[in-house]
Amino acid sequence: MTQETKQLSEHAREEIDSWIKKYPEDQKQSAILAALREVQHENKGYLTPELMDAVAEYLDMPKIAVYEIASFYSMLETTKVGKHSISICTNISCMLSGSDEIVEYTEKKLGIKTGESTADGKFFLKQEEECLAACCGGPMMMVDHVYYENLTPEKIDKILDELD
Amino acid sequence: MTDDKVTIEVDGKTLEARKGQMLIEVTDANDIYVPRFCYHEKLTVAANCRMCLVEVEKAPKPLPACATPVMEGMKVQTKSEYARNAQKSVMEFLLINHPLDCPICDQGGECELQDLAMGYGSDVSRYQEKKRVVQDKNIGPLVQTEMTRCIHCTRCVRFGEEIAGLRELGATGRSEYMEIGTYVEKSMVSELSGNVIDVCPVGALTSKPFRFSARTWEMSQQSGIAPHDGLGSNIHFHIKQDVVKRVVPAQNESINEVWISDRDRFSYEGLYSEQRLSSPMVKQDGKWKPVDWSVAFDMVSNNLKESVSADPKSIAALVSPSSSTEEAFLLQKIVRGLGSHNIDHRIHQGDFSDQENDPVYPWLGQDIAEIENLDAALLIGANPRKQQPLLNLRLRKAALKGAAISALNSIEYDFNYQLANNIVVSPLAMVGELAAILKALAEKTGKNQDLPGFINKIEINSTHRAIADQLVSVKTTSVLAGNAFSSHPEYSSLRFLASKIAELSSSTFGFLGEFANETGCWLTGAVPHRMVAGQHSAQIGLNAISMFENPLKTYLLFNIDPLCDTWNGSLAMNSLEQAESVIAFSAFRTPSLDKVATVYLPISIYAENEGSLINVQGTSQSFASCVSPQGEARPGWKVLRVLANHLQLEKFEYEDVTGLNKEVNDLIGNVSPNNKAQYREAVLNKPSDNAVARVTDTCMNSLDVLVRHAESLQQTQDISDGKVHLNQTLANKIGLENGASVLIEQSESSLNLDYAIDNRLPENTILIHAAHPDTAGLGAWYENVSIRKA
Ligand code: SF4
Ligand code: FES
Ligand code: FES
Repeated sequence: MTQETKQLSEHAREEIDSWIKKYPEDQKQSAILAALREVQHENKGYLTPELMDAVAEYLDMPKIAVYEIASFYSMLETTKVGKHSISICTNISCMLSGSDEIVEYTEKKLGIKTGESTADGKFFLKQEEECLAACCGGPMMMVDHVYYENLTPEKIDKILDELD
Repeated sequence: MTDDKVTIEVDGKTLEARKGQMLIEVTDANDIYVPRFCYHEKLTVAANCRMCLVEVEKAPKPLPACATPVMEGMKVQTKSEYARNAQKSVMEFLLINHPLDCPICDQGGECELQDLAMGYGSDVSRYQEKKRVVQDKNIGPLVQTEMTRCIHCTRCVRFGEEIAGLRELGATGRSEYMEIGTYVEKSMVSELSGNVIDVCPVGALTSKPFRFSARTWEMSQQSGIAPHDGLGSNIHFHIKQDVVKRVVPAQNESINEVWISDRDRFSYEGLYSEQRLSSPMVKQDGKWKPVDWSVAFDMVSNNLKESVSADPKSIAALVSPSSSTEEAFLLQKIVRGLGSHNIDHRIHQGDFSDQENDPVYPWLGQDIAEIENLDAALLIGANPRKQQPLLNLRLRKAALKGAAISALNSIEYDFNYQLANNIVVSPLAMVGELAAILKALAEKTGKNQDLPGFINKIEINSTHRAIADQLVSVKTTSVLAGNAFSSHPEYSSLRFLASKIAELSSSTFGFLGEFANETGCWLTGAVPHRMVAGQHSAQIGLNAISMFENPLKTYLLFNIDPLCDTWNGSLAMNSLEQAESVIAFSAFRTPSLDKVATVYLPISIYAENEGSLINVQGTSQSFASCVSPQGEARPGWKVLRVLANHLQLEKFEYEDVTGLNKEVNDLIGNVSPNNKAQYREAVLNKPSDNAVARVTDTCMNSLDVLVRHAESLQQTQDISDGKVHLNQTLANKIGLENGASVLIEQSESSLNLDYAIDNRLPENTILIHAAHPDTAGLGAWYENVSIRKA
């Protein structure tokens, strides 16, 4: 193992290996998205250049190719973010059912703008570009991969206050 | 009509095309212009700029010519209103986020975006909103970025991946936020990085050293030959007011295609170094004084005449193998005219013991372009990526097509393709390893006659067998000797073995060549044992090492820095210090010349010079002087001619370089090279146990006196660092910790040096870069050394 791949935990390596097995032998770079997701998860929700380099080394890819992928996909974070990731959908259906107010309320509550993290590192209000495919329940948001629908300010309070 | 041909119609003209060709290739071949940005004939098709949209009959929308394969009966309009509208719309989109800062852009005047905006843009922009701005990146000393100008064609990204073999630039982020860059701040390290300047169609990537120094339309273009490796890449000088402002590649498919190395692109800066020698100088009472040419010539001819009357053999000349054919020819003619055969150009060679069997000149063994058709190759003592960058590009093409390229080196070099086998051993083990490959080959082919007796005792392993198998199992194969092969202290033995390997495996045997004009030097007799055209000389003079073994009276150094350009700097300096006269024909003042020379004769170099260079495939290429020499400097051939006249030597009545060139060509015209000779049989020296061996490597940007004076290249990684390199194991063994320095002892001297951990090195081996003034005085390039913590 090189100095670089040592950055990856044993668990992360096992996980990546299980993905590599799903693809043809000479195409282990196909596991890149799974690898980055896992590594990001273990690193409190974001990737660092060192971790991306480790993944590049592990999958035998040019480092820049990993940076390209990590910076392309919105579910991968390349800067330090708060522990809980909150994505409020603002796509058409949600917008029509009042997502703007929900965003405004949440921003005010947390004291940050969309795209920022709270100073205590607890919350990250992610800029969500896409429809999260729960239009019938709009306005909706996703917090740490869990969907919450038909949002109201009260609901926001309850959901966020319950997080540790 | 044959199966692979189709007939199409473009703008009403009937054209023949090959099946599968892209439309743009066909229109290009037929002089029908289709605008484009992302398409580049040497790169894969990306089809991301959409500038090449054309109208194709029956197609429901405009199609990109660069990504549309031709089909039988296809009818295309490239200039119909429909096509023009599509092209104009794309243009409008491309300009939306472009800063339109042509007046302050270095690309202005040669910008593809500017040109196409003239033809396809509208005069007023309808776009009133905010434009995006992209932060510039510092990507090293050679390439300047201005990323707001980028149009995301990805040519630079594809260049890195497909040609340079090193993905350094990429497109990160997406949509509005997509940016081209390295993502983390770092310098580009590819030896071909400068080519992104040429492929970038806009002013996003431009030359850093050239920045803001001229407008493109103020410069004139002249042709030249790059003087830093044995290829002789074709280049263009861009000149403003008699000053070379930059160098760009000229297309020559048989040599450099459309690329050049960074070394060839930026070495012109050396022309304008403050160290340039601008007038003849003589040393009086230890002080340098400028003098007139006539004074200098009188002094030099008197020195030489005195030496001749004492003993002609007390004169020796060392000529740089980057000098022109004409310079090498005249210098040897003078030396021989004075009655001495002491002339050499083999400045990086350490073993001359089998020079009797030298070929007329060591050559590539094939044409440069043929390298890409190899099915297998064995590289010995070679780092082509840094030392012959454009030849490596061909090797890489071969490797990507599946060729099995193997290497035997003393440093684990970084190849930009997968090696089939890679042997990295101490220089002391090189002969044994090569013998093992030979033995494996002999076993495989059953041809085991005429092999040296020691072969029996050699042990072979699966790697040797694999290399042997690969060399015999495919058709086109080559054994290629690199720089560390020719400078190895057991060169003769290596050469015997390599040539045998080539013979047994029916491979060509080639030398990659280190300097720009080794061939010209060989052919003109700038060696002590051969005359013009490779004829054996009855008398054999002293070679590049033996001329310094005992101090002689007079030395002529042509384009040489005696400390940095010799295989044993301390030996050379020692004898030169004791010589009566040391005549330096030089374009630069260097500390070591200042120290030992007695006279400086300023010669022009590179773009200022005229003459010819002969490359590793034997092609002679002439170049004319494109700018005036600095100060009083004159082309070397003229200086030598005038010197010969002062010496009253006969047959030196050359009027111009063309006449001289013709005489030389008539003399050497029909010599054909052959590397396969009856070489003296190899001997196997048993390395003493635990000896620490020194290896010397010449970094690409420290090769010759011109690049060493090129400022920007000296800021890259590829320069000599003056340190002792050793691997972690050896460092632990001698107890090195952070901050310590190393005491290194060679037979002639010892030095206290900083060290660098370099795990590319094999066991018990240390590396010192050549051509660093701090370490060049240490002694021979290869020798056993003792090292300990200082
Ligand atoms: S920097 Fe130049 S070559 Fe690279 S993508 Fe941008 S415009 Fe194209
Ligand atoms: S628009 Fe919000 S989930 Fe679809
Ligand atoms: S040149 Fe065809 S899409 Fe760019």
